[in-house]
Amino acid sequence: MKASHAGWLFVAPALAAIAVFFVVPVAAALAMSFTDFDIYALADIDNLRIVGLDNYARLLKTPLFWQALANTFFFVLVGVPLSIAASLAAALLLNSPLARFKAFYRTALFAPVVTTLVAVAVVWRYLLHTRYGLLNHALALIGIDPIDWLGHPQWAMPAIVLLSVWKNFGYNMIILLAGLQAIPKDLYEAASLEGASWWQQLRHVTLPTLAPMLLMVSILTMAAHFQLFAEPYVMTQGGPAQRTVTVLYLMYEEGFKWWSLGSASAVAFVLFLFMFGFTLLQLRVARYRETT
Amino acid sequence: MKPRWPVLAVNATLAVIAALTLFPLLWMVSASLMAPGEASTFPPPLVPRAPTLANYRELFATVGIGRQVINSLLVSVGATLLSLAFNLAAGYAFAKLRFAGRERLFRTLLGALVIPAQVTMMPLFLMLKHMGLVNSYAGALVPWLASVFGIFLVRQYTLSIPDEIIEAARMDGASEGRIFIAVVLPLLKPVVVTLSVLTFLGAWNDFMWPLIVLSDRDLQTLPVALAGLSREHVQDTELMMAGAVVTVLPVLLLFLALQRHYMRGLLMGSVKG
Repeated sequence: MKASHAGWLFVAPALAAIAVFFVVPVAAALAMSFTDFDIYALADIDNLRIVGLDNYARLLKTPLFWQALANTFFFVLVGVPLSIAASLAAALLLNSPLARFKAFYRTALFAPVVTTLVAVAVVWRYLLHTRYGLLNHALALIGIDPIDWLGHPQWAMPAIVLLSVWKNFGYNMIILLAGLQAIPKDLYEAASLEGASWWQQLRHVTLPTLAPMLLMVSILTMAAHFQLFAEPYVMTQGGPAQRTVTVLYLMYEEGFKWWSLGSASAVAFVLFLFMFGFTLLQLRVARYRETT
Repeated sequence: MKPRWPVLAVNATLAVIAALTLFPLLWMVSASLMAPGEASTFPPPLVPRAPTLANYRELFATVGIGRQVINSLLVSVGATLLSLAFNLAAGYAFAKLRFAGRERLFRTLLGALVIPAQVTMMPLFLMLKHMGLVNSYAGALVPWLASVFGIFLVRQYTLSIPDEIIEAARMDGASEGRIFIAVVLPLLKPVVVTLSVLTFLGAWNDFMWPLIVLSDRDLQTLPVALAGLSREHVQDTELMMAGAVVTVLPVLLLFLALQRHYMRGLLMGSVKG
């Protein structure tokens, strides 16, 4: 057997699996988004009709779709910067030559990342309880009145952001820490010799060197944030006042609660378009910054 | 002599952040040991007055969570084995076996990573329904068969194996299959462990797809069952915390045991992502 045949034989099973269970479904989802696939079509495929762009047009006229979009954008635009700031701060602390017990702290700060999201969302639901939750109890100690975190339209999404930052900052912390450790020491020595302060070194040595990594981290983090689903499902069920219905939550309800699989596919593609668009935008901005 | 306050500031900040980070997990364990209703008293207690395992007993004896523990184990182990079988062979081929169109194919696969998996869920559900696989372990396992990320991980690691070892085996007349199994696989042990940990944890923690495909409670994995329970037992804080501990503890322990391998996977997956 020639090596070239062997190559194809070795990749064939994986390619077949990806083709059947990923590529075909993506194409099918696009096709479905142009149909009125609903519970009647689920029972008898003869009830299926091609409706062109009707699903998309109807979405644009549905207030809940715009609400879901706004909620998701809030989560992305507030959550991503906060999460990366927390990761960077933690990585800087861990990278400090002054820090002791680094291995322990690294593990402790990373622990939430490997925990089961559903389980910790349940835990946080109780921590955020208005009356018996320890967060409000701690806030009371510094004189802040109890907040109805998950019951008030204004606070529910910020509460989910809080949980999400806690759960995820360890992930990017590890990546950024590796980036910090790769910065040549003599860059800092040169900066010190010129009398640069800690802050100046951070701004003129650390951040510019770390920039490509920060870009990659923010693209990946943003993609993950666009896919918010389990937290609202477990903690708020989309409420209060639909303020935690996200695009994916909408897709789930459309598709698997109301069985409007055509319309759910349209929602999925809108989400994909936004994720793709924002990724391109970030790359553009990064390239623009590089040239100026 | 350097001033001492920066040392103090850095270490104190780290200690505070670590305490805040671990707090929800410690409270989860603590509340799971409280008597029913104890967590919902004012002021909210940090530690149980008289630690009890009653919640765990109820969880296993009355609620019957043991069934879901087994489901989670079966699905996660199954996902791990499948992912190894598909991704090791493909990752090796992309790194070491020359075939026409290899580079272009690999780039296309990486490009597919921009498509979120949720797009596939509606057609995939219909497909599995047609095949009679909705509400079966097989249905839950389908997305774990082969993954672009897994192939990428194995390929990156395999690139570091010297070609000479493979060439030498070829000179000796070994077949390609034999070279892979007898010569290459033993060298891939570290990435096998890494891929296994990542897949096991990913499958154990996965939520949306098992929620869609496993509606029968007897087949549900722990996160799906826990989400359902937490809607029925909103008031039973202590019982829910026991459920959260049962769900989180296995993966947390696995991570602590194999931390080095997990971190390597995380860094390999992102450095050239």
